[in-house]
Amino acid sequence: MRLLFATFQSPLHPAGPYARAIERLWWVFFAITAVIYVLMLIGFALAVRKGARRKQADLSDEATRSGARFITIALSATTVILIGLLFTSIATGRDISPVDDKVTREIKITGHQWWWEVQYAEARPDMIVETANELHLPVGERVKLILDSDDVIHSLWIPNLHGKRDLIPGYDGVLTLTADKTGTYRAQCAEFCGLQHAKMAFLVIVEPKADFERWLTAQRLPAPFPKTADQQHGQQVFLTSTCVMCHAIKGTSAGARTGPDLTHLASRRTLGAGILPNTLGNLHGWIANAQTIKPGVLMPPNPLEPNDLHALVAYLETLQ
Amino acid sequence: MNDQELHLRLSATWHKPTGLWGWLTDNHHTTIGKRFIITAFVFFILGGIEALIMRTQLALPENHVVSNDLYNQLFTTHGSTMMFLFAVPVMEGLGLYFVPLMIGTRQMAFPRLNQFAYFSYLIGGVLLYVGLFGNFGPDAGWFAYTPLSGPEFSPGKRVDVWAQMITFTEMAALGGAVSIIATVFKHRAPGMSLNRMPLFVWGQLVTSFMIIFAMPSVMVASGMLATDRLIATHFFNKAEGGDNLLWQHLFWFFGHPEVYIIFIPGTTMMSTLVSAFTKRPNFGYLGMVLSLIATGFIGFGVWVHHMFATGLPQLGLSFFTASSVLITIPTAFQFFSWLTTLWHGKIHFHSPILYSFSFIVIFLIGGLTGVMLASVPLDWQLHDTFFVVAHFHYVLIGGAIFPLLGALTYWFPKLTGRLMNEKLSVVTVSLLFVGFNVTFFPMHQLGLMGMPRRVYTYLPNLGWTNLNLLATVGAYIFGLGSLLFVLNALISARIGVIAGDDPWGGADLEWATASPPPAYNFLYVPTVRDRYPLWSMEPDQPLVTGLATDRREILVTKLMDAEPDHLYETPDPSISPTLVALGAGIGIIAAIFNPWGVPIGFVLAGLGLLGWFWPKPPHKELLEPQP
Amino acid sequence: MRNALLLASCLLAAAACRREQREIVHSPAASHASGGIVRLSELQPGQPTPEVEVRNASEEKAYDINEGKRLFAAYNCSGCHSHGGGGIGPALMDNYWVYGSHPENIHDTIVEGRPNGMPSFGGKIPDYQIWEIVAYVRSLSGLVNPTVAPSRDDHMQVKVAEQSKKEESTEEKKKP
Repeated sequence: MRLLFATFQSPLHPAGPYARAIERLWWVFFAITAVIYVLMLIGFALAVRKGARRKQADLSDEATRSGARFITIALSATTVILIGLLFTSIATGRDISPVDDKVTREIKITGHQWWWEVQYAEARPDMIVETANELHLPVGERVKLILDSDDVIHSLWIPNLHGKRDLIPGYDGVLTLTADKTGTYRAQCAEFCGLQHAKMAFLVIVEPKADFERWLTAQRLPAPFPKTADQQHGQQVFLTSTCVMCHAIKGTSAGARTGPDLTHLASRRTLGAGILPNTLGNLHGWIANAQTIKPGVLMPPNPLEPNDLHALVAYLETLQ
Repeated sequence: MNDQELHLRLSATWHKPTGLWGWLTDNHHTTIGKRFIITAFVFFILGGIEALIMRTQLALPENHVVSNDLYNQLFTTHGSTMMFLFAVPVMEGLGLYFVPLMIGTRQMAFPRLNQFAYFSYLIGGVLLYVGLFGNFGPDAGWFAYTPLSGPEFSPGKRVDVWAQMITFTEMAALGGAVSIIATVFKHRAPGMSLNRMPLFVWGQLVTSFMIIFAMPSVMVASGMLATDRLIATHFFNKAEGGDNLLWQHLFWFFGHPEVYIIFIPGTTMMSTLVSAFTKRPNFGYLGMVLSLIATGFIGFGVWVHHMFATGLPQLGLSFFTASSVLITIPTAFQFFSWLTTLWHGKIHFHSPILYSFSFIVIFLIGGLTGVMLASVPLDWQLHDTFFVVAHFHYVLIGGAIFPLLGALTYWFPKLTGRLMNEKLSVVTVSLLFVGFNVTFFPMHQLGLMGMPRRVYTYLPNLGWTNLNLLATVGAYIFGLGSLLFVLNALISARIGVIAGDDPWGGADLEWATASPPPAYNFLYVPTVRDRYPLWSMEPDQPLVTGLATDRREILVTKLMDAEPDHLYETPDPSISPTLVALGAGIGIIAAIFNPWGVPIGFVLAGLGLLGWFWPKPPHKELLEPQP
Repeated sequence: MRNALLLASCLLAAAACRREQREIVHSPAASHASGGIVRLSELQPGQPTPEVEVRNASEEKAYDINEGKRLFAAYNCSGCHSHGGGGIGPALMDNYWVYGSHPENIHDTIVEGRPNGMPSFGGKIPDYQIWEIVAYVRSLSGLVNPTVAPSRDDHMQVKVAEQSKKEESTEEKKKP
């Protein structure tokens, strides 16, 4: 449990060049504004001390002149600093929004209430990999994320890799990014999207290229046929109960697209859009009544007989 | 006629009706202004209670104080209350009360419009809270982004309540704004040319103009949202040629100027307090006025910085970065001017100036984080996180609430005739200052640790727990401070020290009359020869005489130099504006349930308008041949 | 004054109470898939038993009907019935009902299925969701309170194409 979430979700721990550029810009802004703040407070304290000690207000022309001089100098300095910050910001903005399209991989991310659908584009339809609430990226490779939404506006925010970009229904958003440090990073929806906006997270897993390719190849395979009688019973439970109305498992007759694709459910690290570690116990609880864990989630409670539930979970655990 | 006789005659003419009938008919600007302020504070308390419930929910991870459904209603109502039902009305209320006093006139330009505005505002506010208490409070955020707020994803009447509440409050704001502009332009005491107006009045003028340009945008947008939801239009439906981003443009074209509509009165209260408690005119009057006007203009060119993450073209975003950075310059000017005034003045330490000091320490942080958020790359990381929550509370509470409370303490004698308890005020301002920073400063860090806004809970092992708990503790301290302020006001209004006409040695005309002012404001309309009239009053200062005493006559002056122009009779108390507000209210609320509400509302409001504009026979003496 | 406000809010709240109720978390009990509940034939053995009127609570709740609308698309009802206009299956927005328009009839149709293509969803959809779909189906032909029924959808609307309208009007002109 701890291990799973011992991951950063912070723009200040960049794992890619774009997030790093933004982090650098942050520290520039932070340093300059902090200095300005301290200077202003010192000025304020001096003014209060001076004003408190006076016998009466100084209305002389000399005061007016010196005041005007101070304001002119301070305002000019402010303007210069602001223009400097403006250009630094614009320069960084250009660096992190490249116009060229040299990407090796296109990944389509679709926001749903309240989970993420992830699709690795391929020319051949049978090669397309579909998963949910988990984005695997090869380290050092530039990928293009195509962002869309199925219902309301969501916002994709992987703070360790890049800034956020909204997923707006009817608009194709594009976010190009590179991850150059392996690791697991957490991301969360950043635009209010209804009841479970708070529990709409996902994991980004940046791994060496070989590992990534291995993962991708494994994900292309259909689900294996269940071996034990228990697992086979579980499959029957899946195909004859409510599950099949919303979920797909490739290699079976289940093909609904309302909920996440479950073909490789057991290979994923979390359940319920990044909110629970994918363990046996949690899977039991999630299937039996997801609504108590994530109130308002669109998955209904499933009052299955205990042996049916165990068989179902046993089957789902085979979906590596 | 001696002064005593004049007083009796004017009192009879300007008599404020009392009782329930008086409550429904009185249109005197002090009555309406005070009502706006008190009602706004009631909503402020309600909004504050919502905030405390939310902070309690967020104190611990996976907390179960409220459900997610209720939390969404609470944060939507909190935002809508603070923006639409507290901040704008309270600033306008102060304007309605003090602008006529500060410019030396007896009444606002359109008193019946103000009366109508107040009742619209009241109906709108009550509507929102009936929704919340009836468990159909709006739950799509105070920004109500489509399509989440549209018919497909927000069933029931929740969002309709929100959209119609907007219509009411914006109607109220527009009414007040029109009235303030006309009053400032045409009712100034002789000699108070535009360049001698108090800065507070300038602030009200700029704010009112901003209201006139910004509010229609959100009224149209919420109207379109309501028709989308109720009669199936497609303004925000992409599939049918509408556009859901259009909502964001329309909303923020209002939404960002809204911030300045709240903030500009705050800065001018700040100027008033600084000059009053240093006994020195503000430095750079001309620059201050130009700063206000510049803020007003540039404020309309920055709305896209709320939409940096929507994927608009980079070059366009740079323009809005530039304008968002630019808008800090006028505010910086005001800051330097206050520092200079403090330096060269003699500071008298009373509680109102402590509020101003809090403003400087707090607002500055909000302004500087605002510069950060103007940068597109930083905004992509910080947008919609708790960093932004911290930023805008620093700006709005620091930039508007602190000066507001300071100004209320300063003007309390003019409102009630008594002073607020000084010791309690000092305790209040300390609690508020500490509570505020303990609440909101950790939120910067939470945002940088990746905590998004508008979440009803968070997971335990993300490392956000301690800072959230700290923020909740701070929120209770701040709540205690606010409670103390309200208690102090309530107690002092009854048993406070009698203040007299001018307890602070203030500079502006409101201190030239009794506290609280009589119904006719000034026995004789004063004349003005300087920006700080009471500090430059000559013993032989001329007064305006010759205004009729048997009717509510006021002196209208010329726009630029305030030379006397003509006499004008302002209307008597009447029930009609209240009836118009009620008729329109019935129509607008009924329209939520049935489109027939619109024509019914038109007819009812039209009947009220008949009474409102029913011509009054001219006075006999006006019919007689003039010599 | 305060009393008047209180009274007004009580009235408004009372008027809203059913319509605005939302059951966000459903009990597992409500999720059990049930069998049919009405008789299709008037012929029955023994003493005739009276018909039981079924009250569909979802029909009074705007949130439930909207959920029904979402499920109607999610469970692919729209595949045959389109968005109520019909296609492979009969239209649902007219007032012609093959198997009855009462909530219990529609519930039965969904649970049991009907000849010529309507599949049986019994055991596949939680019972509370079936009632939500029933409420939505009835709202399509205006059988539920209009202040509760959902307004427009966010997808494209069924309507006469501009082109055909033009042709119609020119034909009408030619007639006289």
